[in-house]
Amino acid sequence: MKNFIKNNIEKRMTVPALMMVLLLVVCGCETDEDQTVATLTNLVLSEEFDSDGAPNPAVWGYDIGRGPNGDGWGNQELQYYTDRSDNVEVQNGVLLITARQESFEGASYTSARLLTKDLFEQKFGRFEARIRLPYGQGIWPAFWMLGADIDENPWPAAGEIDIMEYRGQEPTVLVGSVHGPGYSGGDAISKEFILENDRFDTGFHIFGIEWGPDYVNFYVDDFLYNRITPEDVTGPWVFDKPFFILMNLAVGGSFVGAPNTETEFPQTMLVDYVRVYN
Amino acid sequence: MKNTKYKNLRFVFLLSFSMAVFYSCERDFSDDVEFATFSTTADVFTDSPVGLGSNFYFPFINSKATAFRVDNEVGFESEASIRIDVPNANDPEGSFAGAIFRIDGAGRDLTGYDALTFYAKASRGVVIGEIGFGQDFEGNRFQVTRNGVTLSTDWVKYIIPIPDPSKLIEERGMLWFSAGTDETAGFGYTFWMDEVRFERLGNIAQPRPAILNGADLAQEGFLGIPITIQGLTQTFNLGSGENVTLTAKPSYFDFASTNVDVARANELGVVSVVGTGEATITASLANVAATGSLALNVSRAFDFAPTPPQRNPSDVISIFSEAYANVGVDYFNGFFIPDGQTTQGGAPPLDLNGDRVINYTQLNFVGIGFFNDVAPINATAMETLHVDIKVNEAVAPSDFIRLQLLNSVGNNETSGEFTINGDALTADEWVSFDIPLSDFAGLTDRSQLGLLFFITDSTISDIFVDNIYFYR
Repeated sequence: MKNFIKNNIEKRMTVPALMMVLLLVVCGCETDEDQTVATLTNLVLSEEFDSDGAPNPAVWGYDIGRGPNGDGWGNQELQYYTDRSDNVEVQNGVLLITARQESFEGASYTSARLLTKDLFEQKFGRFEARIRLPYGQGIWPAFWMLGADIDENPWPAAGEIDIMEYRGQEPTVLVGSVHGPGYSGGDAISKEFILENDRFDTGFHIFGIEWGPDYVNFYVDDFLYNRITPEDVTGPWVFDKPFFILMNLAVGGSFVGAPNTETEFPQTMLVDYVRVYN
Repeated sequence: MKNTKYKNLRFVFLLSFSMAVFYSCERDFSDDVEFATFSTTADVFTDSPVGLGSNFYFPFINSKATAFRVDNEVGFESEASIRIDVPNANDPEGSFAGAIFRIDGAGRDLTGYDALTFYAKASRGVVIGEIGFGQDFEGNRFQVTRNGVTLSTDWVKYIIPIPDPSKLIEERGMLWFSAGTDETAGFGYTFWMDEVRFERLGNIAQPRPAILNGADLAQEGFLGIPITIQGLTQTFNLGSGENVTLTAKPSYFDFASTNVDVARANELGVVSVVGTGEATITASLANVAATGSLALNVSRAFDFAPTPPQRNPSDVISIFSEAYANVGVDYFNGFFIPDGQTTQGGAPPLDLNGDRVINYTQLNFVGIGFFNDVAPINATAMETLHVDIKVNEAVAPSDFIRLQLLNSVGNNETSGEFTINGDALTADEWVSFDIPLSDFAGLTDRSQLGLLFFITDSTISDIFVDNIYFYR
């Protein structure tokens, strides 16, 4: 008898709990509708990484080495970028960008940076990637964009949109930013998004922007967390021309600091897809 | 009419029967659920103990039993907390504070949580030796320990992840701690814990379990001599990015052997050596492979030294023997590396199911010390030094093992030597030596003996040593 009574009580208690869940869901839907996370649905680039081996060379090129000035790409990053399969490879439907601790061309780490420069560029649109991030002190993955005129119009005038940046030592914190003339580097217009009761290195998450005239909306999964407009930037708005895409996994550098003895290597950034809409 | 009635009755009977069947099915199901499910209550202590029953506090032996009380003036965003008054080291009621909080009744189902969390602060910045859960004084099968928890004078939230929540289907050990005064020069202090509860944080990740502290060990195993796997840890990366390493009991791990006909490990981490050959023991925790392994090469049963005879305790001063009570020893290998020592082993001695034996390898010289943190030995009343030695290699007549005893180490030091010649030793056999202390030429005083050396100048490099004692 005691058991039955207990069962009944438990059942009664679950009813209000269920109602609350329903209420929450309803609220969540309303918020989503207000947010209009993404409106563009015309797919123009769909890199699904379904063929094992090197990623599609018609879309993806590589930056090799330690940067044009040998200074870690202007950020004191510690890795040497290669296009070896040890550092960049498609396996089982996922692009793997892997940072390794190894002595290579004078650097202590290797990794990879992919970019669509001269292969794919677009003005405005919706750019998103589904990524599982690595973790650990000094690990710095990014999914980002640069103004396609960067060779004639050097950074920061060319403009930069960081769809996803993340410090491996803060596995729940995403950073989205824009850089331009007068608001670059440490003065970038930036916002953090903290994942509650979850983290970015244990599952895939969608990192995206929807970009149009006079706005860039930043979202993660189905949550719009920031909107940047010309009123928000402390300089000229330069996001009105074609940009290309970059994906990389840096080790060390000014944004994250150096790895330490607790940083596990290798670390891999897994990219399920990159999709662009207009 | 009668017939119809009868038919109806049959129908009713059939109907009620089938209802009864359905009913009993439902009953069975709900009874099953009831049996398999224990309380999933999360809270352990909020402003008072939660769901622990009346008899939940069990202090450790030799700890101060009254160290715990509920403080009704101090709390984290409340006015009550667990208060632990760690006693001074010389407190006659107990030299430290330590206890378990065990549910007085059935345990809880903690499979839906991933950590024990609590807020804590102390009367001074201090490192608490051990805080954890899963200790129930009934096997402690799922005990977890976070070692060295640094408390400050303000409330901070602490997280002790569960190595594998799926194991905790009925756990009674909700909280345990052990706190002493090693770091506070023997002086007591107070610490408080509040909002103690199990939580599902969802951001505890990157498990990296280890056995043998992550080392890949290779050693000889002996038939019938079990080996306990030590150094079992689970490391997680918390949502804050901080790595936390916990000590976890073997029952969280799944052990495997490459050859179960040679060696196999049970859920208590005890490896049984059951046959000759080679076997490697590895482990996993929640399907994540643990670093560290134990490679065993088994070719024989262990040949133990002869058991010493019974003696009146006043007639023996034992340094290393299971036959007599041993005096305190600083070390069985002083590692005098700067002096050119190559000898390995003895740190610690082999523990063969409770029978300890020293195995010195790469032997050129090695010292057993008993003068630093322990009292030196006054062997004035003793007459003889006994030692059992087995040489694990061929012995030539020119080989030797020289024993040297030092008195009053470093302060008017005197010493004497006795040399065992190679022809007195036999390869792979125990030989017992009973050496009159008067044969240690030069040892004029033996009232403060502090060091015993074994010196071979590398003529003999691998020996077992057992039963080192003075007697009369």
